[in-house]
Amino acid sequence: MRESKSIFLNIDWIAILLFFMLILMGWLNIYAAVFNEEHRSIFDITQRYGKQLIWIAATVILILVILIIDPKFFSTFAYGIYALSLLFLIGVLLFGKEVSGSRSWFQIGSLGIQPSEFAKFATALALSKYLSTFNFSLQKVKSLIISLAIILTPAILIFLQNDTGSAIIFIAFILVLYREGLSGSIMITGIAIIVLFLLTLLIHELYIIGGLLLLSLVLLFFIKRTTGNILKLSLIFLISALFVFSVNFAFDNLLSEHQQTRIRVLIGIEKDIHGAGYNVHQSKIAIGSGGFAGKGYLKGTQTKYNFVPEQDTDFIFCTVGEEWGFLGSFIVISLFILFLFKLIRMAERQKSNFSRIYGYCVISIIFFHFLINIGMTIGLMPVIGIPLPFFSYGGSSLWAFTILLFIFIRQDAYRFQIL
Amino acid sequence: MITHPYTNRKFIIFFIIILVGIVFIFRLFYLQVLYNKYKFSAENNVIRYITQYPSRGLIYDHNGELLVYNEAAYDLLVVPHQVHAFDTNDLCNLLNISTDEFCNRYEKAKKYSMYKPSVFLKQISREDYAFLGEKLYKFPGFYVQARTLRKYPFPIAAHLLGYIGEVTMDEIEYDSYYKSRDYIGKSGIEKFFEKTLRGEKGIKVKVVDVFNREMGNFHDGDYDISAIAGSNITISLDVQLQAYGEQLMKNKKGSIVAIEPASGEILSLITSPSYDPNILVGRIRSHNYNLLLNDSLKPLMNRAIMGTYSPGSTFKIVNVLIGLQENILSPQTLYSCDGPESRPIKCTHYHVTPLDLKEAIQQSCNSYLWKVFRSIITHPDPNDPVMGYNVWYNHVLNLGFGKKFNTDIPFELNGNIPESRLYDSIYRKNHWTALTIRSLAIGQGEILVTPLQLANFAAIIANRGYYYPPHFLKSTKYKSNTLLYYPRQVTSIEPKHYEFIVDAMLEVVEGEHGTARWYKLDSVHFCGKTGTVENPHGKDHSMFIAFAPKDNPTIALSVIVENAGYGATWAAPIASLLIEKYLKGKVKRHWLEDRMLNSDLISSN
Ligand SMILES: [Zn+2]
Repeated sequence: MRESKSIFLNIDWIAILLFFMLILMGWLNIYAAVFNEEHRSIFDITQRYGKQLIWIAATVILILVILIIDPKFFSTFAYGIYALSLLFLIGVLLFGKEVSGSRSWFQIGSLGIQPSEFAKFATALALSKYLSTFNFSLQKVKSLIISLAIILTPAILIFLQNDTGSAIIFIAFILVLYREGLSGSIMITGIAIIVLFLLTLLIHELYIIGGLLLLSLVLLFFIKRTTGNILKLSLIFLISALFVFSVNFAFDNLLSEHQQTRIRVLIGIEKDIHGAGYNVHQSKIAIGSGGFAGKGYLKGTQTKYNFVPEQDTDFIFCTVGEEWGFLGSFIVISLFILFLFKLIRMAERQKSNFSRIYGYCVISIIFFHFLINIGMTIGLMPVIGIPLPFFSYGGSSLWAFTILLFIFIRQDAYRFQIL
Repeated sequence: MITHPYTNRKFIIFFIIILVGIVFIFRLFYLQVLYNKYKFSAENNVIRYITQYPSRGLIYDHNGELLVYNEAAYDLLVVPHQVHAFDTNDLCNLLNISTDEFCNRYEKAKKYSMYKPSVFLKQISREDYAFLGEKLYKFPGFYVQARTLRKYPFPIAAHLLGYIGEVTMDEIEYDSYYKSRDYIGKSGIEKFFEKTLRGEKGIKVKVVDVFNREMGNFHDGDYDISAIAGSNITISLDVQLQAYGEQLMKNKKGSIVAIEPASGEILSLITSPSYDPNILVGRIRSHNYNLLLNDSLKPLMNRAIMGTYSPGSTFKIVNVLIGLQENILSPQTLYSCDGPESRPIKCTHYHVTPLDLKEAIQQSCNSYLWKVFRSIITHPDPNDPVMGYNVWYNHVLNLGFGKKFNTDIPFELNGNIPESRLYDSIYRKNHWTALTIRSLAIGQGEILVTPLQLANFAAIIANRGYYYPPHFLKSTKYKSNTLLYYPRQVTSIEPKHYEFIVDAMLEVVEGEHGTARWYKLDSVHFCGKTGTVENPHGKDHSMFIAFAPKDNPTIALSVIVENAGYGATWAAPIASLLIEKYLKGKVKRHWLEDRMLNSDLISSN
């Protein structure tokens, strides 16, 4: 009795308040995005806002269940939960339902479940468990490889479902690895690979090779010209050149024309106002038309005419921008930043490594969704179909984020019991 | 508690997050406050988005003859909540409907939604629209939307061209490009090349006032997206040949497939009975579709790719090729035949005995082929028919039977070449021998092939051992890629064996005992093989495969006439006429042509 009481005493109520504020604002915007005069009742479950309301109600039950579970349960069964989620991911590849070209849904009656959403917290648990083992160090190559394997296995399975967006999110875990001591040079190498990759798509490969050669020669001028250094430098040059050629080859030969266009639109070489570019164009009009103070709740015209596709899911931020204007957008962004700060503070006050690392997993995942989703709607990020946490319509994603978050809040409430 | 060595990194993470927040806020400030292009005043109130439908790509035959073009039609839409009082009679007169019908339709629209547009009257012709368009301003709440109807200058090739129709919910869910009431290719070429033909929809943004009157373009059309017309495509079909073939097949059930061997391009794909594609367009469509659907002759079925038949004697060539390749047969091999007294399969012909391979093909001797087949099955190990069967099976699949080509022909069927497992399950393992499955020797039994596969087999022989998967694509735009999409397939049988078969098939047409000797052409040497296929449901199917000319062939074909009798009586003369037509441009043998054109094999059965 005493213990369960202390759990609720130690719970971080500010975090929970921020969580419910985000959910409430999300629901208001879903209502606006779907709103039409014929279905006004908020409980109308034929409409998406009605369904979302049910999911939110279910969320409260979910939260209570998580808070009751012994916090040690999650660290003890971390690998088991991870293995189970991998099984589901394989299962959906084999038996899933195909929606808009990706096979990532289980259909149970009228309910669609997306296992990739739940893979995120499972991966977070497994990664936290692994990184918090005694004497663990990311300096060891073997540890690094195993960490990456934990992250990449579900990512690849999700990629195979043709759900690139959800797979890309797993990049977020790099931030956790960084916090836990991943060397800066690996980060730089990673960034170099991405830059080289983008450059290859943007300009002719021979120019890049030329540039690389020039860069190497300049570097050669500055470094000590020992045999070892020269050898190292030429090896790096050779590998980069090979990388450039293989990216080029892969792009031209392995991707379908549709995928090629999509990537070209993403990095801005091709203006495709009909395809991938269409959503962004419309989304920018909707947000821009909001002006400073917005058009007022339920008064967004862009919204009403269903002009922005997927406005209640991936493009929900359009409604915020259009109806609440710059003020509303500012508030929503501030709220997310505030929430992330709160979570960082919570993570840093953990005594157990497991809880801290898990906290950072939560932060990274929410942050990446925030970064990519809002970045996409305002034309700063490529169009990658992922939801805005707590805002976007959809039961799977709402539940997955809730589980992800509340496992951490539960760990946090337990922090005084670890001595 | 151990202090963590990397605690300072939290500041860097902190910094990254705040940086993203600041960038976002600056960007939003720019979009929402500084940048004027995206703002419009509140007085402009309603903006209306009008979907611009692109014109669908046209389809041409390989000589540039137009096969499919577009004609405009108009849908009348209504938004009940915007409807004000108006003269109902006036509108009814314009639309040519009764007041009762008007009320019915209006109630239905109201029931659907007060606010969303629904279709009031579908596909108003261009002529009617001319009157309506001018007066539409009198009827607020009613709009027209231009749509496209497909038209066919030639009343042929209905099945392979396919048709377009409104999208289903499943199709919308599968590809979010489509919105309710859009058109999509449903079958045939229209379906396979949907993405090429459809183009891209556009959008016009109009400003309208409270009475829904158009006040002009929003922002001088800056936000309009113009529709992109669909691309035209050229297909390999030959209109003349297709039309002639359809004529010859009139009042007969069956199919003709003609392929250009050197490229795999389909010159004609005929199924009979057929229908004029124009009857499935516009408002008459659903009525006519039901008529066709309920027709006992199944005119909607494309027999050329969905009909599966026992190949009969045409399949004897397959067995001979396998025998030659497996070295258990040579042109000099002699077998005896006792005519109708032969066992275990009786022969339907009387001829010299013993006879050699060429004579056996020329006269389609069952006894000879049974012995060839037995050798194939017992060859590697007389006690293990499975081993021999698998050798046979692999060769047959390699010759293009038993599986789809998966090119650009929707809805083709696999046919059926059973695996040895099937016989294990019917007769139990180790309880069957060559004798048990002897009907395969003469192309009967469990095997089923499509006319397309048979025509492709004719093309393989014409090419002496290879084929390009049969396909329709022949656009100049894609031309260079066509062979890349559908690369050459080399068969498992050596070219020299085909040379022998070619000579034997020439004998079928030109030899003094050849089963198709009545239909040889003076002007060109062509090769063929007849088939008469037993059919449990009625008279035999008449079958013929052929290619021409003998050297450097330009056409390979299969002809099947259902329930017609001997292969030599119907399929062979039709094939011969088509070859003459294709190679010479016109047919000189009018007596033969007249007989084929005027025969009615459907009502006489
Ligand atoms: Zn015989």
